[in-house]
Amino acid sequence: MDNGCFSSPRRDFPAGLRVLVVDDDPTWLKILEKMLKKCNYEVTTCCLARHALNLLRERKDGYDIVISDVNMPDMDGFKLLELVGLEMDLPVIMMSVDGETSRVMKGVQHGACDYLLKPIRMKELRNIWQHVFRKRIHEAREFESFESFENIHLMRNGSEQSDDGNLFAVEDVTSTKKRKDADNKHYDKECLDPSSTKKARVVWSVDLHQKFVKAVNQIGFDKVGPKKILDLMNVPWLTRENVASHLQKYRLYLSRIQKENDQRSSSSGMKHSDFPSKDLASFGFQNSVNKQQNDVPVDSYNFSDGSLQPKNVETKSREGEPKGIIPQSTIAEKGRALTGNIADTNMREGFRVSLNQPFVPLESEGNRSVFDCSMPTQYSWTEVPHLQLKEDHKSLVNLGDNFSQLPLQGKQHHIQVDQSQSIASISSTPSITDEEVAACIEPKPLFADYKNDYATSVCSIGNAVVDTFPIQPGSLVMNDQSSEPISTTNSGLKTQGYNNLSSTSDLEIYQRNLLLDEDLHFYWLQGESYNMNFGLQNIGMSEY
Amino acid sequence: MDRNRTHSLRHLAAIKQSLFDQGHLDEQFIQLEELQDDANPNFVEEIVTLYYRDSSRLISNLDQTLERNPLDFNKLDTIMHQFKGSSSSIGAKKVKAECTLFREYCRAGNAEGCRRSFQQMKKEYAALRKKLETYFQLARQAGPLETAFRPK
Repeated sequence: MDNGCFSSPRRDFPAGLRVLVVDDDPTWLKILEKMLKKCNYEVTTCCLARHALNLLRERKDGYDIVISDVNMPDMDGFKLLELVGLEMDLPVIMMSVDGETSRVMKGVQHGACDYLLKPIRMKELRNIWQHVFRKRIHEAREFESFESFENIHLMRNGSEQSDDGNLFAVEDVTSTKKRKDADNKHYDKECLDPSSTKKARVVWSVDLHQKFVKAVNQIGFDKVGPKKILDLMNVPWLTRENVASHLQKYRLYLSRIQKENDQRSSSSGMKHSDFPSKDLASFGFQNSVNKQQNDVPVDSYNFSDGSLQPKNVETKSREGEPKGIIPQSTIAEKGRALTGNIADTNMREGFRVSLNQPFVPLESEGNRSVFDCSMPTQYSWTEVPHLQLKEDHKSLVNLGDNFSQLPLQGKQHHIQVDQSQSIASISSTPSITDEEVAACIEPKPLFADYKNDYATSVCSIGNAVVDTFPIQPGSLVMNDQSSEPISTTNSGLKTQGYNNLSSTSDLEIYQRNLLLDEDLHFYWLQGESYNMNFGLQNIGMSEY
Repeated sequence: MDRNRTHSLRHLAAIKQSLFDQGHLDEQFIQLEELQDDANPNFVEEIVTLYYRDSSRLISNLDQTLERNPLDFNKLDTIMHQFKGSSSSIGAKKVKAECTLFREYCRAGNAEGCRRSFQQMKKEYAALRKKLETYFQLARQAGPLETAFRPK
């Protein structure tokens, strides 16, 4: 069952990338078809936007990416872009002979992942796979966002002790207790039924989306909330989180339209924040949530209105895993004593990493050699220099050795991590040193993160999968694919003015990496559903 | 025979070079030539034919719209945008330049300028067509030459 989805075309990514081209100009359609075929992509061409939309609706997972002209007679390219983004969630590249800034901006506002100017060149098309790839990473990250968001939250409140913060601090203490109490129960439950976690994905079909829109309209846009929508929709398998996430997308969609209108009427140009606050305020988020607005990546929002509960589940499942390994609990206890409740969650996140590391040297050399030989071929696609990879790999081994010889070092490491977490305003330099990476470039910590990350995944794959599944190099490929663009994202965050949070973002990513790994691992275990995560085509329509 | 073939190939290259030198074509045309392969040995010609077939529709559309008074500048701009996009596909540099000019007149609401640049554009459009037709005809002759005369 799993062979089909993992082997053949997916393996040679980006060859076989399924591209849908929409252009009313037959000449360009023919040229683009030829060019894309030369890139070894699978091409479907279409001269009408409506036709394209039908194709996409009929075969929801039939395409990886859409390239669309801006001007089409039957439907505005921007409209198509909007619909594709909402229904299929596929990356869309816009193209036009018009390179006016306002046009390009409009495309980006509507969610275009790129805007190509005609005449389009082969070299531009050869690179489009990156959007599919990036999308996949972002999706994996979205699983995390509410959790890391919350961590920032707790941390900030802990250090600032603001009025708003107190509320949260209390909540945190209670949730920590709950977490402790329920640890064992949940561990068992989740082992038996992995699909019960919040990561189950939802495909938003046209029907389902219409049900959703109907519910929103019925409730009234001012009073709408995930819970109410969920009740009205009456779809038994849908969770509140699924709806919340979709609602967030829907709001973004509406606010983009709103923005467009604003722009037309007031010609205020670019001065739009990504989140018009009026939009948010009307949805009754907690004050402190709104307060965080500027510091937190956009995608955290869907989780922001108070989903402490599922988060706990998450942590529990993690904590559960390494149970029975004595050093874990002892170190963890020390960690708690050192930092108190507020940093507790963060602490434990950190511990997870290091505690898994001792597994690495225990793994058979076989695992690593698979990794070694598969990497160069796969990596050539992602265009990451081999050197870097090797470096990471080496340091992984070193780390592993360190940990196995000196358990104490693990502890130290953790205390440092914690420091950087609780003092949000410190630059990211401390994290460089505590990872013991001999370099001071900014992105470096990320590779250090990756290192840890990799350690976790290697051991989890090794532990859980060896018996049942043949170890496919592919799994490792997923891993490094994920780490590369994440580093990009991070630097992006920094330049976008999250400077005061730079060490936080590092950690955030760090945690995301962690969970991402769990995701992969999780799907891997599930066998038949792991192509949801690995496969490229389904990025578009999946939700969770 | 060999001399004949060399001659026609040289002639072909000279025509092409003049198309670039005179500014009729830009590098997009070379892109198209690079796409030509065993699967589509006449790719460039096919594309050019397709361009002229499809764009003639837009030309007559523009013709009609320009007859009306007052001019619907928005509509003219939209069609011309489409025409410009299409012209970029074969690298019709001069035609494209006239398209840009036309659209500037559209935005300025200059009817006279629009009509003038449209006439100029049509001239360039026709001139390029003629030159390309000659070019492809020669290319086709040079092609068969190669195979037909080789056995001797």
